[in-house]
Amino acid sequence: MTEVVAREVYYCGVCSFPPEYCEFGVSLKRCKDWLQDNNQELFDKIYSDDALATQTSTLSIERQEKISQELAKKQLKEEAKQERELQKKLASKVLIKRIERNRRKHIISISGLEVFNIDMKKLAKTFASKFATGASVTKTADKKEEILVQGDVSDEAKEYIEKLLEEQGLNGVEVEQVDEKKKKKATAPGATPAA
Amino acid sequence: MFKKFTKEDVHSRSNIKSSAQRGLKTKFVDQFEDLEPVIDNIIPKKSQAILIKCEDKIQLYSVENEVVLFQHFDDLIPTLKIVHKYPQCFPRVQVDRGAIKFVLSGANIMCPGLTSAGAKLPEENLEVDTIVTIYAEGKENALAVGKLVMSTDEIKSKNKGIGIELLHYLGDGLWTLSE
Repeated sequence: MTEVVAREVYYCGVCSFPPEYCEFGVSLKRCKDWLQDNNQELFDKIYSDDALATQTSTLSIERQEKISQELAKKQLKEEAKQERELQKKLASKVLIKRIERNRRKHIISISGLEVFNIDMKKLAKTFASKFATGASVTKTADKKEEILVQGDVSDEAKEYIEKLLEEQGLNGVEVEQVDEKKKKKATAPGATPAA
Repeated sequence: MFKKFTKEDVHSRSNIKSSAQRGLKTKFVDQFEDLEPVIDNIIPKKSQAILIKCEDKIQLYSVENEVVLFQHFDDLIPTLKIVHKYPQCFPRVQVDRGAIKFVLSGANIMCPGLTSAGAKLPEENLEVDTIVTIYAEGKENALAVGKLVMSTDEIKSKNKGIGIELLHYLGDGLWTLSE
């Protein structure tokens, strides 16, 4: 077998394209900054005046302008969209409900995670193995997904979710814990057993 | 094909048998003869390939947590990550600069974009249904993979209509699919 070495292609850390295609992406400005910080050599090669001049030479100036205008518009839109999404993420909160099943036994239900791009099934599986209990994903009445975990593990679950969100760079997200009693025995105050 | 493609389109994933894996490799080499020296780098002998079945009869094959090729009916098509690594192994065409924008939003490639000044078609004729990698004027890396719907001779003579059906491009669902 003759050894053929794979060519290493450098990918942009912002939009994941090879840097030469960043200009067609939706986050050119951030790509540019990123490349300048991370790979000066390539940055000079791509964004130097010479390179820009040769690129534009084959198209008529008018057309070139039109294309760049459109691109700029698109980029602006995309940035606004990302901003909105971030706001939405920060505004929403995660709800951990503790539901009493009978006197001493509880299950917890976790909802409000769908905004954060978290794979519910995977998380349920992690909980199941982490806490050595059953955990499942179910659809709630309003068509959203929630994770049900058997056993009162709300404190640990809260901690874990906070850690997960922190990894995504979202510190301000609220994780709320509530108790929900079974309706039949609404009068009986649920004891608060240590977790 | 992968314009709207998310994790939800994945139906199942399973390890494939080593014999099936060998078969896959031979088939892939049959399709792209230049691959022969590097096929063992793309799919190492001892590796375990994973078959990911998806919506619309698309099957992805993943080795070491990276999707290396996908199958749509009988065609085996390399992903762009592989094309970037072994660019010399696949037939290549080049589009002009004006077309890049459209290709990157998933459009099929029209003949004029392949015949104008900035574009390049290979000297020898490529038959219909050949899988080609698509490059762009002034860029060194491939930006898409497509399938010829006309032979290149026909593209040159007709110079009208769709010349290449786009299968996979930078920034599409398969490109962004993280394993």
